[in-house]
Amino acid sequence: MASLQRFFKREPRAPLEYIKSFRLRAWIGAVLLFLYAPLLVLIVFSFNDSKRTIVWKGFTFKWYSKVFENEGLREALGNSLFIAVACTAVSVLLGTLAAFVLWRFKFPLKGLLESGLNLPIVVPEICMGVGVLMFFAWLKWPNDMPWPLNLSQIIIAHITFAFPFVAIVVRARLESFNKEYEMAALDLGASQWQAFKDVIVPHMAPGIVAGALLAFTLSLDDFVITFFASGPGTVTFPIKVYSMVRFSVTPEVNAASTIIILITVLATVAAMRLQNPPKPTTN
Amino acid sequence: MLAPTIWFLFFFVAPMALVWGYSFGENDGLLGVKITGTIKNYAQAFDPEILKVLRESVVLAAIATFVCLILAFPVAIAMTFASDKAKSWLLLLIMLPFWTNLLIRTYALIAVMRTEGLINHSFEWLHGIAVMVGIPVGDYAPMPLLYNKFAVVIGLVYVHLPFMVLPLYAALDRLDRSLIEASLDLGAGHLQTMYKVVAPLALPGIAAGLVITFIPAMGAYLTPDLLGGPDDLMIASLIERQFKRANNWPFGSALSFLLMYITMIFFVLRSYFEAKGGKVAVH
Repeated sequence: MASLQRFFKREPRAPLEYIKSFRLRAWIGAVLLFLYAPLLVLIVFSFNDSKRTIVWKGFTFKWYSKVFENEGLREALGNSLFIAVACTAVSVLLGTLAAFVLWRFKFPLKGLLESGLNLPIVVPEICMGVGVLMFFAWLKWPNDMPWPLNLSQIIIAHITFAFPFVAIVVRARLESFNKEYEMAALDLGASQWQAFKDVIVPHMAPGIVAGALLAFTLSLDDFVITFFASGPGTVTFPIKVYSMVRFSVTPEVNAASTIIILITVLATVAAMRLQNPPKPTTN
Repeated sequence: MLAPTIWFLFFFVAPMALVWGYSFGENDGLLGVKITGTIKNYAQAFDPEILKVLRESVVLAAIATFVCLILAFPVAIAMTFASDKAKSWLLLLIMLPFWTNLLIRTYALIAVMRTEGLINHSFEWLHGIAVMVGIPVGDYAPMPLLYNKFAVVIGLVYVHLPFMVLPLYAALDRLDRSLIEASLDLGAGHLQTMYKVVAPLALPGIAAGLVITFIPAMGAYLTPDLLGGPDDLMIASLIERQFKRANNWPFGSALSFLLMYITMIFFVLRSYFEAKGGKVAVH
């Protein structure tokens, strides 16, 4: 209540303190309401004890247990998490390697490669999805392999768009590396490899972790490319939700979505904290 | 550097090259495609029906981008002049939905906007009160909020708003504040200052924001697919149909590359605006 009063109170403000203007606050409030209200409604109704989702009938966890009892949904969730973990592991390796080499060395065609690596980020998802579909069809990639090999197409496609993001994040982190530290390590008798392992890698670490979380979220989030890359019968969580959403809005989907939202929010907040660690407040 | 490069060439460049090749091909039998060097597929894109879809994609994406600009500008202004703490909170609040699963966000919109959804339900309730106090308002007819162009635009705005806030903020943050103070000192009102001083100075940033928002909005697949009606096709849905239903891969490839070319043109525009001072720090 006190914060609400503070919100509406007209404080004297300097001309440029726009954030204290009431009209601007109302505007931001409306924008945030627009962004968050649908998600909050979704989360709230995942606890609603009613199949007709709009009237509040009391609190329940039963939709969550239904999610875990629903074989199809559970399999999809498991597939998505497996894909995300595999994609993250390889993306971190490839992305870190690319970032380090592009930062450190000069070689022919470097500029071309550097801008080329940005392409998977800007190319419309649908175009990449189409490309992946045609590519695997052209390779005659087998569609009927046992789990987890049947996910290989999706994992490969996810790595392809995720590792450039990792490279960007790690590269940004490397920009703040003071090369004199490496010189010092070499002067003091470290080998090239030791200097890399004990001086550069620890500096890169927050960038690597942030990049890993980014790759994980991107993979978990992707629908369009997965939709094209997946063989028949391979279901990931977004694909499963897509087929369920086509028919109706159910509290079960609400519950499953809430789980995913929770995972992503945690990963995102962690990634943001790592990229911009909260500075010691001066005021 | 070899591993990332090979991965990139093999799983990104090769598929894209294949799409490009197929776009000059013809269906050969039931499954085969022969690359014959024909430009028939591109010519087919100029059919009146296809052109109509292309035009509608551009129009819907443009409207959504413009609405994003109007919504985001005050938010970016507030962020620019806020304290460090409020700034990072606002940034987190704007970015968090952006990292939430796209399908879940679209689903949340459906849940709120459908005929039995929260919005219609609330209005029905208000309507009930109006009837109770004796205002003759007739019977309540639920508003058709979903499955039309209106829903598509709302969905595109909902999904792409963060794309607009970040570049605007990056541009505004670099403005020389004394110019704004001077304008206010010399008797201009806040709105007049925004319009005559801030907007022209931040023009490269605004342009970058417009492009950054427009590109993904134009290529969006899920939003028009789930929120639009059967006639509200956008270019991505058209591409999907060529692959999943019509089985006309060459035409689908040509459409993909048309979308790529449009994207690339805008990407070059974006680099140009960024070079002129609208660079985005956070992706």
